Amino acid sequence: MNKTDALIIGAGPTGLFTAHQLKLIGLNCEIVDNLDKIGGQCIELYPDKPIYDIPAVPECTGGELTNNLINQIKPFNIKFHLSERVDEVKKEGDNWIVKTNNGTTFQTPNVIIAGGVGSFEPRKFPVKECEKFENKSVLYSIKDKSIFKGKTVTIFGGGDSALDWAVELSKNSKVNLVHRRDDFRGAQATVDKVHELAKDGKINLYTKYQMSSIKGGDQLESIDIKNDDKEIKTLKTDYALGFFGLIMQLGPIANWGLNIDKKTIEVDTEKFETNQKGIYAVGDICSYPGKLKLILSGFHEGALAARACFKLARPNEKYRFEFTTSSKTIKDRLGVKSD
Amino acid sequence: MFSHTCPIFLYNYITIMAKITYVTSDNQIHTVEVQNGLTVMEGAVQNDIPGIDADCGGGMACATCHVYVNDDWFDKIKPKEDGEEDMLDMAFEPKKNSRLSCQIIISDELDGLTVSIPSKQS
Repeated sequence: MNKTDALIIGAGPTGLFTAHQLKLIGLNCEIVDNLDKIGGQCIELYPDKPIYDIPAVPECTGGELTNNLINQIKPFNIKFHLSERVDEVKKEGDNWIVKTNNGTTFQTPNVIIAGGVGSFEPRKFPVKECEKFENKSVLYSIKDKSIFKGKTVTIFGGGDSALDWAVELSKNSKVNLVHRRDDFRGAQATVDKVHELAKDGKINLYTKYQMSSIKGGDQLESIDIKNDDKEIKTLKTDYALGFFGLIMQLGPIANWGLNIDKKTIEVDTEKFETNQKGIYAVGDICSYPGKLKLILSGFHEGALAARACFKLARPNEKYRFEFTTSSKTIKDRLGVKSD
Repeated sequence: MFSHTCPIFLYNYITIMAKITYVTSDNQIHTVEVQNGLTVMEGAVQNDIPGIDADCGGGMACATCHVYVNDDWFDKIKPKEDGEEDMLDMAFEPKKNSRLSCQIIISDELDGLTVSIPSKQS
């Protein structure tokens, strides 16, 4: 059991700055995120897109913003739990007991949800029957590529993941690559490689096709793919791999007894606390009259939620407001020299 | 209050709004007036029309405001910019007439536009 003053769910910009604010006022915190990297939407959706409305930063990309925030919290050695999704939040006395899908548990008086639009999950095949084969022969990520050796693998998608795996698996497996149009959006070198392998018969390329149905009993047997002219082809296959990127899902947050409206959590504007004492929501996931879904709003919300956490984490102490320019205590925490 | 009598107000009213029809996957028809300059996505969100999630808020970064544009309208809409087709790869059941509704900006020319919303966004 990890004991901490505050647990932050979400390692996007708001979660990172909230951590900074907590550590600055002398509280411990840990961060959980379902992605395998720090940065949230900034990294997953627009790492290279410029942002123009971060105060005092005329222009930066999602990736640069994330790196700067990581640098800003470097002095604090904050513990991250990546590739973990918080599944359960339960009250126990004055604390919340938080469990992740990997079985990590936390005991904390404060939970700060900085979850954006929810956790990132792979987009799935639209064909409903795929659920029956999911995690067995219908996969959305690859953990162990050796299972495909000597098998037929049908890969769907047109981005880097789909193309990289098509190239890699074509060495030891029979690979079909199916994509809804002729253009691929992966790196040009990989696209060229795929076309080369297709020419040599190492990859069977089906463009302008999408999955229309899937067949099999206990084992996956074949997949039907259909093009815009409704022509159907049947592909015998052992595995179907879908690489359609990630989608944000509110997921288990919906079950924690919070007031949720249109995928956002209602909070007050003093502490950014939800209807549950000690659970706060900041950033894109919170809602209140006048809410703006901007990164700068998330920073403000996190700073106030952090102060609210102090009361529950240190019930016998009084919080004293200090400036980073003048406080010796804060400078010690940051590891910088005082004048 | 002057709009009935004052031609200037009437003129503004006519030119700045367009009628947009959203057909949901259960064939419910929602026709609303949306201000010129807004996007078809914003028109749906502001009028509580179900089925448009718009998770990224209009940044062409998520494909959860996917719509099908009725054939007679498809060619009248400004063509896709770079990146929209890439995002549509990830949409739920994309078709030839798929668009991201956050990329369709409403103007006089689109008055009467009809779009259909897929059964799911993800």
